Amino acid sequence: MSASEKAARFISVLPHCGVLGMSVEYADSEKLILKLPYQSQIVGNPENGVVAGGSLTTLMDTACGTAVFIAFSDHEICPTLDLRMDYHTSARPGSDLMGEAWVERISNNVVFTRGRIYQEGSDEIIATCTANFMRIGKHIGGQG
Amino acid sequence: MSPEFTQRLAQARQEGDAQAILDAIPYAQLIGIEPYEAGSDRVFRLPANKNNIGNPLLPAIHGGVIGGFMETSAAAHLLLTMETVALPKIIDFSLDYLRAGRLTDTYASCQVWRQGRRVANVAITAWQTSPDEPIATARAHFLLTPPSN
Repeated sequence: MSASEKAARFISVLPHCGVLGMSVEYADSEKLILKLPYQSQIVGNPENGVVAGGSLTTLMDTACGTAVFIAFSDHEICPTLDLRMDYHTSARPGSDLMGEAWVERISNNVVFTRGRIYQEGSDEIIATCTANFMRIGKHIGGQG
Repeated sequence: MSPEFTQRLAQARQEGDAQAILDAIPYAQLIGIEPYEAGSDRVFRLPANKNNIGNPLLPAIHGGVIGGFMETSAAAHLLLTMETVALPKIIDFSLDYLRAGRLTDTYASCQVWRQGRRVANVAITAWQTSPDEPIATARAHFLLTPPSN
């Protein structure tokens, strides 16, 4: 199965990602890009239509988690240990969000990841993310 | 800002009406945040909702939704308690996951540790069964819009 198919299968079973209409834009062994379509239900500031930070946190948690998932050949499940978001600038209303994520290092117990968000047609970084995941083995568990 | 929205926020602040603030935020409506009064502390509640599931096997609430719940609660808390006339703008957010968030009601409370004129530092705790057993703790910085004198 290709990285892209594996990523698509992984996010297809996460109900909240379905609610948000998240999809895999690109995936290979190095990085992953998820798309979060702009939509009125994720707006955080009704005054200007800027999306809520929470929807970007969800995009990054999902993207980093999926990057971890495709990094292992044996479907190891790794719950999120912690996550940090830096919001560089407000996302442009009306424009889809791209969440890029990659694995920095896999140690015996922890997977270290990074991510960033930008919008279609622009190189400007909207937010960056650092997220670490615990390796707990192959049994079912952990946090979505 | 439009005078209508500013007026709506000002009125909600004056009346301590958390519901009115949450009603105005589409994302808060999407995941279903509501005010929950527990004693004198201001607490927010995220009722169990299948649409918020991340891990369908446990099942567990999506970690991003837990983060979004805590972040939005902190913004609403600041709006209700601090000198800011607009929705606080998030600068950064650091979240530690302590336990899986099961598909049950989740609560969040906020502690403002410091408010400068432009920036507020807020600690947020989220729990399910007991406040003594948090499922996540977080820290956020928000940019405020102080009232012009």
